[in-house]
Amino acid sequence: MQAADGQPMIQISNVSKSYRRDRITIPVLSNISLTVPGGEFLALMGPSGSGKTTLLNLIAGIDKPDSGDVVVNGTSIGSLGESALARWRSTHVGFIFQFYNLLPVLTAYENVELPLLLTSLSKKEKRDHVTAALTLVGLGDRMKHYPKQLSGGQEQRVAIARAIVTDPTVLVADEPTGDLDKISASEVMTLLETLNKEYGKTIVMVTHDPRAAEKAHKVMHLDKGELTS
Amino acid sequence: MRVMKLIIKNMLRHKLRTFLTVVGIAIAVMAFGLIRTVITAWYAGVEASAANRLITRHAVSFIFPLPLAYESRIEKVPGINLVTYANWFGGVYIDKDQFFARIAVDAEHYFDVYPELIVPQDQLATFKRERNACIIGSQIAERYNLKIGDIMPIEGDIYPGRWEFVVRGIYKPRDKGTDPSNMIFHWQYLEERMKEEAPVRSGQVGWYVIKINNPAEDAQVSRQVDDLFANSPAETKTETEKAFQQGFMASAGAIITAINLISFIVIGIIMLVLGNTMIMAARERVREYAVLKTLGFSTWHLVGLIAGESLAISTLGGAIGLAVTFPLTAAFAEALPKGWFPVFNVEPITIVLAGSAAILVGVIASVFPIQRALGTSIVEGLRQAG
Repeated sequence: MQAADGQPMIQISNVSKSYRRDRITIPVLSNISLTVPGGEFLALMGPSGSGKTTLLNLIAGIDKPDSGDVVVNGTSIGSLGESALARWRSTHVGFIFQFYNLLPVLTAYENVELPLLLTSLSKKEKRDHVTAALTLVGLGDRMKHYPKQLSGGQEQRVAIARAIVTDPTVLVADEPTGDLDKISASEVMTLLETLNKEYGKTIVMVTHDPRAAEKAHKVMHLDKGELTS
Repeated sequence: MRVMKLIIKNMLRHKLRTFLTVVGIAIAVMAFGLIRTVITAWYAGVEASAANRLITRHAVSFIFPLPLAYESRIEKVPGINLVTYANWFGGVYIDKDQFFARIAVDAEHYFDVYPELIVPQDQLATFKRERNACIIGSQIAERYNLKIGDIMPIEGDIYPGRWEFVVRGIYKPRDKGTDPSNMIFHWQYLEERMKEEAPVRSGQVGWYVIKINNPAEDAQVSRQVDDLFANSPAETKTETEKAFQQGFMASAGAIITAINLISFIVIGIIMLVLGNTMIMAARERVREYAVLKTLGFSTWHLVGLIAGESLAISTLGGAIGLAVTFPLTAAFAEALPKGWFPVFNVEPITIVLAGSAAILVGVIASVFPIQRALGTSIVEGLRQAG
């Protein structure tokens, strides 16, 4: 599946990225090029420090490359200013973190509702969206629970519901099973697979877990900032 | 869920910390309100001054008297509408702790020059007829349970001897800024006793009060009055009533400045307290702010969240502090020796200042946390321990 205008969903061209720590420049990504078609489920694997998360951050628009271009669904990330990029993220990308990153003071319902605060949806529409998202992840009965009242797997499912509640084009997941036991990890991966297969979401996932990577259509490896396969 | 709900939930995240901060702000605002009320009470006489009144006193000092004969000469100065005079009497009523102003006045014209002292016409007429009559302020009547016809015995100090006055009138202040605690009696009554007991002190008044036609001509009229008595044994100094009152304040100027300074130091301290709370909160939430930015929340959303929380805490503390200021100042006034501050009210300007200070503190205390939250990139923020 291609993006609406026939372009690939994600097009990364000659991207390099480095970080400065104190006075030292640390190269993280070196001249990476990658194409991800729409509806793809891509797993990025590699050792720690290989640049997986950095690449994911560039795709999600929370970081910008030093050189090269990242185009997601026809939009060049580098060309957007901070405000435009924030708006773009809110509608086009759903982000799933390793440590869930739910706000502890909000209930499951309120956490999922957060991205919708930036939309012009009515109260009823918001309620419908949140209920649908939480039902989809199997937590329709835990809406009023706070994160500390949920298990790790349930927290991650709330995070997934938050990622999909705005119906984004792309889901990026950074070690989504990294903090979970086997059973919870399996449930989360099944959920991501469903979102990909049944709802056509393009998913890019960083993982160390070979079992999680098995669910992906394609697995690519990064090492020392370069794609090796 | 609205952003306000998130602000409130964030506020309640560390209930004890928020509670202590709110209490700290409330106490500081309360202290600020009390201190400002003391200062405004101190300046009540200055604030109550009329623009069309001049005071003529002895050029050397207020304690030296002026001849009564000056009255007719002052009256002839162009621009003057009315001249009256008064004399500080002092004395002890009941005991030395019972302080209020006791003044001998020109009974005929004094109340014409001070329209803010409202006396019923029949009471004023009776007062003018009886030489040993007095008119007291409503606060004095209430404090000592005095009624029309009661006798007020006073032991003289500046004018020795036992003096008795009959209460023939009770004046009400026209507004909150007017002193309701004066005791006013006939200068003529004093004069008669002086003629008998100390003739050298007769024919003298403490100061003249001049009502002028046009307040804009105060300087010109003052100069003309003083020129009349230049190079005489009793030269005069004429100034606006406000300047005259401020002259009294000058002696306590350093103390008032110090108190004033303390009131603003108190505000500075609460700014540090709230600033510290907000910095701690922002430091704990670096990762959450990064998550919110990832979800698409803009810079302004974060500014709203942080400043909103800071403002909510400061205004809540400020509101509680202001609410408590009223009973506190009432209790403080009650605890003071009677008559220290005849006018002791929480003025609207004090409420505005305290409220503004609370809001300002909320805004300033959020600056550093906002700077920190906005200055941290999403990637850096997500790396922070949760």
